Amino acid sequence: MKQLANKSELVTKLRRDILERQGYHSSTRHRKVEMGLGQIEKSFPNGVFPVGCVHELVSHSSEQAAAASGFMAAVLGKITRPGGMSVWISTARTVFAPGLKCFGVDPDRVIFIDVKNQKDLLWITEQCLKCQALSAVITELKDIGLTESRRLQLAVEQSRVTGLMHRINPSVVSSTAAAARWRITPVASTLCDGMPGVGFFRWHVELLKVRNGEPGSWDIQWMPGHFTQDNAAQPGKEALLKAG
Amino acid sequence: MQSRYAAIWFKNLLCDQRAVRMPELKETAFVLAAPRKGRMLITASSVDAEQKRILPGMVLADARAVFPELTVLEDKPGLAEKLLGSIGQWALRFTPIVAVDGADGLLLDITGCAHLWGSEKLYLQDINQRLNQKGYHVRCAIADTPAAAWANSRYGRQKAIIEPAGQAQAISVMPPAALRVEPPVIEKLEKLGFYQLAGLIGMPRSMLRRRFGPQLLLRLDQVLGQAPEPITAIEPDEPYRETLPCLEAIRSGAGIEIAVQKLLEAICQRLSKESKGLRKALLTAHRMDGSSQQIQIGTHAASCSTQHLLKLFVLQVPKLRPDLGFELFELEALMLEDTEQHTQMLFAQSASGDSAEIAELLDTITAKTGQGSVSRYLPDEHYWPERSVKVAGSLQQMPVFKWPTERPRPISLLTTPEKIHVTAPVPDYPPMLFRYLGMIHNVIKADGPERIEQEWWIQAGLHRDYYIIEDHQGARYWIFRLGHYGKDFPEWYLHGFFP
Repeated sequence: MKQLANKSELVTKLRRDILERQGYHSSTRHRKVEMGLGQIEKSFPNGVFPVGCVHELVSHSSEQAAAASGFMAAVLGKITRPGGMSVWISTARTVFAPGLKCFGVDPDRVIFIDVKNQKDLLWITEQCLKCQALSAVITELKDIGLTESRRLQLAVEQSRVTGLMHRINPSVVSSTAAAARWRITPVASTLCDGMPGVGFFRWHVELLKVRNGEPGSWDIQWMPGHFTQDNAAQPGKEALLKAG
Repeated sequence: MQSRYAAIWFKNLLCDQRAVRMPELKETAFVLAAPRKGRMLITASSVDAEQKRILPGMVLADARAVFPELTVLEDKPGLAEKLLGSIGQWALRFTPIVAVDGADGLLLDITGCAHLWGSEKLYLQDINQRLNQKGYHVRCAIADTPAAAWANSRYGRQKAIIEPAGQAQAISVMPPAALRVEPPVIEKLEKLGFYQLAGLIGMPRSMLRRRFGPQLLLRLDQVLGQAPEPITAIEPDEPYRETLPCLEAIRSGAGIEIAVQKLLEAICQRLSKESKGLRKALLTAHRMDGSSQQIQIGTHAASCSTQHLLKLFVLQVPKLRPDLGFELFELEALMLEDTEQHTQMLFAQSASGDSAEIAELLDTITAKTGQGSVSRYLPDEHYWPERSVKVAGSLQQMPVFKWPTERPRPISLLTTPEKIHVTAPVPDYPPMLFRYLGMIHNVIKADGPERIEQEWWIQAGLHRDYYIIEDHQGARYWIFRLGHYGKDFPEWYLHGFFP
């Protein structure tokens, strides 16, 4: 029995070492960010939303893209240091600066970069991810291969900048080196007692892939300043199987 | 050597400058006016206005009574000095010693210069001609002393050039005002019947001093050349330009980079001494066959770091085509800005260090993708969504007021609103369903309307009634109706997506 306990201890230690080598430093070594994502954060290694790595978001329609933009803005608002700047890179920009304000992001602290072609976009993204002065880098692109994404991941491992890669209408969802793959779908807002109007933004958040973590799907709501989650986490495995 | 001076009098300096800037003002009567003691006073008038007897010092209302079609422009204080300074810089081509003289003239020490033009007559002709071509009305004169040249340019009737030692005779027919003395003294002289200086020159000095003060005597001596009159020469502007001739033609990229580095080192050393930074620079590479090629860089924040600027140039070096090789490189700073004080850096080290790093990053990106690809937005005082943001001028510029939050705004906005087909109850209700991209969306929840009026002073058009719509799938949209329900049904548009 004692041997077994020793074994499990050893396994946890080894797991931690593996995480360390893969770029997931334990939370004591860098800034801890209060995301307020509740259950979702439990899916990640060490139980914290990983900053300083590349996340991937996939959208298949304008509505999903808008929801993903909202989610990214909310994440941006949480991880930006006071007065910190971030970069939003895209080839066909639709994001509207004043709309960021309600997610706790100062729109004047975001630099928008418009690029004509994909090649320049990736080059600029890499340059930005290498710049430690930035809080986060958001890139809107269509497709990205494994090699390119690995390059981006290597860049952030040095600089500890958080990268959010938003793939809009990708022709094929290939595997990438990103730490997590998300899909955000808008869901109907809830209003109490038949009040008129539209309620707070609600999204169905699917964590399709997590490196060293548990995928899953949840419904969350953005109230000004924080996320709220009203139902318990659904078992992740089925959702993953359904999503393919 | 007999010293010689030239005086240039700009009769209508400020008006001429406006006419140069706005050619439609040429040959029209216009004046510059500024408020003084609760009324508008004319400070400068154009040649055509002067012909209509509208002179500086008149009240604007009087001038309008004389000539109702008079064009009036605002006077900017301090412009004359600035303008004379830059004309003075230009005039350095005629002589190395140029001084700004009052608010309407220049004084040139032309000792030993005029013979290069052939004669003083040709010299003066050249100055006159060049300034006339630029659109300035000038009177020039040459004399032995600055004071005599000044007097001759303003009050001379006979000839522009007073021969050496001829000033006493020349000024004898001029009025007392030609002496540049205080107006009360001039008044007194005229009252006593001195309409010409001839009578004054022979007078006993003690009497003149007793009656008119020492200034008159000094001026008289200065005109006649018996007392010196120092002039303060302007410092020539040294252009921020460096050149590098090469012994052998340079053909390789590495060679060009070394050349650029040498040029940058020289220019950056000077910039950092003057605590200035570069915003725009132009590199001209002259090829052996006589043609030249240019590459230009721009930065987001003033920079005098050789390393960073070199990086920006290196990104563009592949654009150069050396062929036979370059033999001369020329680097010119097109735009400079004062760099921030270092004391400020001490207090907010991390923040400004960050912004410097970001500025360098953005410069690299701009060098790669071209101008206009990087933008940062500030709130603007407009409700109309397309106009509610303006592009920030620099990385340091902060918003003047807070971002508005009282009205929800979509996270993504279409650059041009897209037309949708709706079924909506009249008059003020949101639609029940709408069709967009071939899909029918049933509206479940809606919020609105938020009416945004077109700003008539910017653009004419109909107002928009915005609704936030949530469809049966939970997606949220921002749609608007253009105009009122009237004879024909108003059009509906989709303008954005809420998250």
